[in-house]
Amino acid sequence: MAAVWVIIGIVVVLIIIFIAIYNRLVGWRNQVKNAWAQIDVQLKRRYDLIPNLMETVKGYMKHERETMEAVTKARNLAQQMASAGAAERGKAEGELSSALARLLAVVERYPDLKANQNFLALQEELTSTENKISFSRQYYNDSVLKFNNQIQMFPSNMVAGMTGFKAGEFFEVTVEEERKAPKVDFT
Amino acid sequence: MWEQIRSNQTRSTVLVIGMGLLLLLIGYLLGLIFFDNAIGGLIIAFIVWGIMSLIAYYQGDSILLGMARARKISHDDNPRLYNIVEEMKIASGLEKVPDIYIIDDPAPNAFAVGRNPDKAAVAITTGLLQKLNRDELQGVIGHEIAHIKNRDVLLMAITSVLLGTIVILAWYATRLMFFGGMGRSRSSSSGGGGQIIILVVAIVLMILAPIMAQLIYFAISRKREYMADASSALYTRYPEGLASALEKIAASTIQLKSANQATAPMYIMNPFRKEKRPASNLTSTHPPISERIRILRSMAGASLADYEQVYQKVHGSGRGVIPASALALSHPAGLRAAGAEEAPKEPDRIERVRQTSDLMWRLGNYKTITCDCGTKLRVPPKFKESTVRCPHCGRINPV
Repeated sequence: MAAVWVIIGIVVVLIIIFIAIYNRLVGWRNQVKNAWAQIDVQLKRRYDLIPNLMETVKGYMKHERETMEAVTKARNLAQQMASAGAAERGKAEGELSSALARLLAVVERYPDLKANQNFLALQEELTSTENKISFSRQYYNDSVLKFNNQIQMFPSNMVAGMTGFKAGEFFEVTVEEERKAPKVDFT
Repeated sequence: MWEQIRSNQTRSTVLVIGMGLLLLLIGYLLGLIFFDNAIGGLIIAFIVWGIMSLIAYYQGDSILLGMARARKISHDDNPRLYNIVEEMKIASGLEKVPDIYIIDDPAPNAFAVGRNPDKAAVAITTGLLQKLNRDELQGVIGHEIAHIKNRDVLLMAITSVLLGTIVILAWYATRLMFFGGMGRSRSSSSGGGGQIIILVVAIVLMILAPIMAQLIYFAISRKREYMADASSALYTRYPEGLASALEKIAASTIQLKSANQATAPMYIMNPFRKEKRPASNLTSTHPPISERIRILRSMAGASLADYEQVYQKVHGSGRGVIPASALALSHPAGLRAAGAEEAPKEPDRIERVRQTSDLMWRLGNYKTITCDCGTKLRVPPKFKESTVRCPHCGRINPV
């Protein structure tokens, strides 16, 4: 009789442990989802800011048609990829980041533009949005790492295997090397 | 790694319990001396503590912000500051952007308040806003957000209420004993030898208790500072930003007007610091600045484990500062490169000063009119005329 109770006791304890681990895994997964939503918010904000930037810059930058078109093209492409997976999206967003960086780099040549209050405000918002994208990406990747570790480690890997948790995908934005302005040497 | 909250609490619980016991001791002695009955004193101690806790819980934030004469700002008042706070909120995984307050004071400093992360606020002085570039401001805000995220603010509120209660009770008790007679105890018992010994012990304890409570308070505060520095480095992935900010703050010789001893531990830097304080100084609310900077600058990566490693090396002992459970979840985190400090997108020192003073005028309801000659006219809120003459070029400007 005592043996039966011991077995029942062990089973109850195992069930409680199972539930606790399962709930914790759900918590991690929700954090990953939440972190992804944060990235999404910031990327959308950037899509919204770019047309405004183009409108402001248009009147000043007469000789930068190519650079400006590249930004608009990269933005539209990135917006189309918004529903794609993390890997493809990261590539499109990376291209947009480098196109934008190139555009902001040539601002130096237009002192009038640099003095424009509207442009300065937009530039602050763009700079901050870029930062927010990278901070939300950082938080997302940290969350994914933590979640994936839990899924792979014993004993939570058993619970994850039984209840079908899938490892999260990292979000990497690949920014190509910024083009450096050619150095002029007069010596 | 984002779960430091619980482990932090367990680590400081012992100290808080120590303060609680000190309070009970005071109440016990109070009762013994004035009522011949320990229970009465314990009840008084409990009531005083209860009232102060309630006030601190519901009104603490507004009292502290009011005492510092802080004023709330929105995004448009200073987009740069607002954006940086939002950036750090995202990096820390906080759910809500804390309210942002500005203190009109040239001494560079900052603090955070809020009983929980949803009702939190950060306050920074205009001096800080003017002196720091983006990376440095990020480091400081990261430090403050870490205080909110790690629930340090709540813990410091609890300990400061305990400290306050102990100080108040001990103060009144000693004054009453010296000047008001011994109450009932003197008249009822005609004073045996035992009575006098109890009295002497009580007086000594009454004097020592507030000092001990204060030391515990400072010990808790110092630990939180290290932890917040480590978290800030992790959020920004750029410890140099905070290090350089601390350097600038330390270099300033201006004293903060609106701080006092009670609110000192809340600030990022002790407002009453003296130079070259030794690391082991018990009466210091903050770790020595030079040591904080040295640890931040020697970090090989941005993770909590990296901070812990350097901390142990600097202190030459195996005792760390980061709770073990937070370290267990720590993962490698690389450092990032500096933001473009001299890039055109970052306002330089002069521009920052200009923006900050514009902000303060605007918060004072002054209207700013830029005359065609470039002069900025500040129109006070009481100004009734419809036009104003520029003192520089004589043009008439509509208000």
